[in-house]
Amino acid sequence: MDKPYGLLAELTYSCPLQCAYCSNPLQLDDYRDELSTEEWQRVFAEAADLGVLQLHLSGGEPLQRRDIVDLVQSANQLGLYTNLITSGLGLSTRRAEQLRNAGLDHVQLSIQADDQALSDQIAVTTSFERKQVAARLIKQLGWPLTLNVVLHRQNIDRIGGMLDMAVAMEADRIELANTQYAGWAGLNQAELLPTRDQLERAEAVVRAARERLGNRMEIIYVIPDYYSKYPKPCMDGWASRQFTVVPNGEALPCPAAHEVARGLDLPPASVREHSLEWIWEKAPLFQQFRGDAWMPDPCRSCERKEIDFGGCRCQAFALTGDAARTDPVCHLSPDHGLVEAAVAAANDPMRPQHGPLIPRQQVGRTKRTTTSTQGRTARTPVPLSPTILKG
Amino acid sequence: MRLTRAMESSDEAVRPRLAPHVRMVYNAARGEYALLSPELVLVINATGAAIVELCDAQRTVAEISAELRSRYDQVADGDVQRFVADLVTKHGMEIEHG
Repeated sequence: MDKPYGLLAELTYSCPLQCAYCSNPLQLDDYRDELSTEEWQRVFAEAADLGVLQLHLSGGEPLQRRDIVDLVQSANQLGLYTNLITSGLGLSTRRAEQLRNAGLDHVQLSIQADDQALSDQIAVTTSFERKQVAARLIKQLGWPLTLNVVLHRQNIDRIGGMLDMAVAMEADRIELANTQYAGWAGLNQAELLPTRDQLERAEAVVRAARERLGNRMEIIYVIPDYYSKYPKPCMDGWASRQFTVVPNGEALPCPAAHEVARGLDLPPASVREHSLEWIWEKAPLFQQFRGDAWMPDPCRSCERKEIDFGGCRCQAFALTGDAARTDPVCHLSPDHGLVEAAVAAANDPMRPQHGPLIPRQQVGRTKRTTTSTQGRTARTPVPLSPTILKG
Repeated sequence: MRLTRAMESSDEAVRPRLAPHVRMVYNAARGEYALLSPELVLVINATGAAIVELCDAQRTVAEISAELRSRYDQVADGDVQRFVADLVTKHGMEIEHG
């Protein structure tokens, strides 16, 4: 068994944004009892001992954690490469300077659209201008700038404008990745999945931009897997290269595995109860789909099983209710009709172009020392989160 | 002077350096060196690490090769250049001309 290279630390599910494409789980309130500063620091130390090299700090909005600078500093002292995945909200000049001094290696800034009205509409929060400010600050402090754009039906037609905006921001890299339909995005799949025409236009724009820009800006473009023949090699295999720890300390083999973990009826693998080493090597949840012994046909006898590992377990679970089935995205899957139906619906000329999106719910943070005010905290409007699932 | 990420072949006069977001670490738990960026974990051997340490945007590829020859017995022609070019392709390194 390999050791993990990467840890995605979802520090909090609190977020100022309410993007409907968020991959955070629907049951956000289950994760409000967040790990303390000391607990996260222990997790980082155990991760480094386990061989982890990269630490992605995400959420929710990781800047909602008041101890974010301390957390970065601890991780940096352990030699971890630290990457902050943020909406930019909460990145004041002072905070940014502190993070720079604490050794933060890299910042990924989420972008919803290049148009203020559309951007604020997708984020369900006035945030466009603040993101512009954050982008300038990131460059001023000497970090490279990576922009993350989650693409979907309602913003993909503006991909050219978003690329222009990225150039104007002097971004070093831009990731344009179509939505993975996990969590809130799963709920909104029908309103997020683009049409075939939209995708073709977007790809043409990306091709032209790559030619025009050459090496000036790296452009990563990811199509929705609903339109591909084979599934994505999700996480390079279950519990193979990286893992996630969510705000309440549960460890998951992938950032969207909340529902799978519940559905399998296995004991949660909590860092509050176990070492990371035990979790990685022994936790039933981590062993469940490791390797290929679990695979049904057509995966079991497929020559591609070492290439795409049966696809995404979470997607199989979300679509079929059985996490052990072949990812329905695969054209060989007996459940592929589910994906074909979704694609047909997205391309139905009779359907309205845009319908309503269900915004991600806002979540309060539990202050562990003030449990008596929990009820009030829960009703306090606290912001929201764009987490991107990497393809 | 211009900065580029495109490696021009057969050019030993370029001066490489790690891309700004890339960092080299030695990982004790694994006993190996790696180059790290948000999307990249590139495990490299000790010779690779020695090359990277010399990639300071001051030395040319030719100078780095010469430096390595003074330390190691076997440094084949083109080794450094291939190593640098590969990293440039992967956006892990940048080079300056002139």
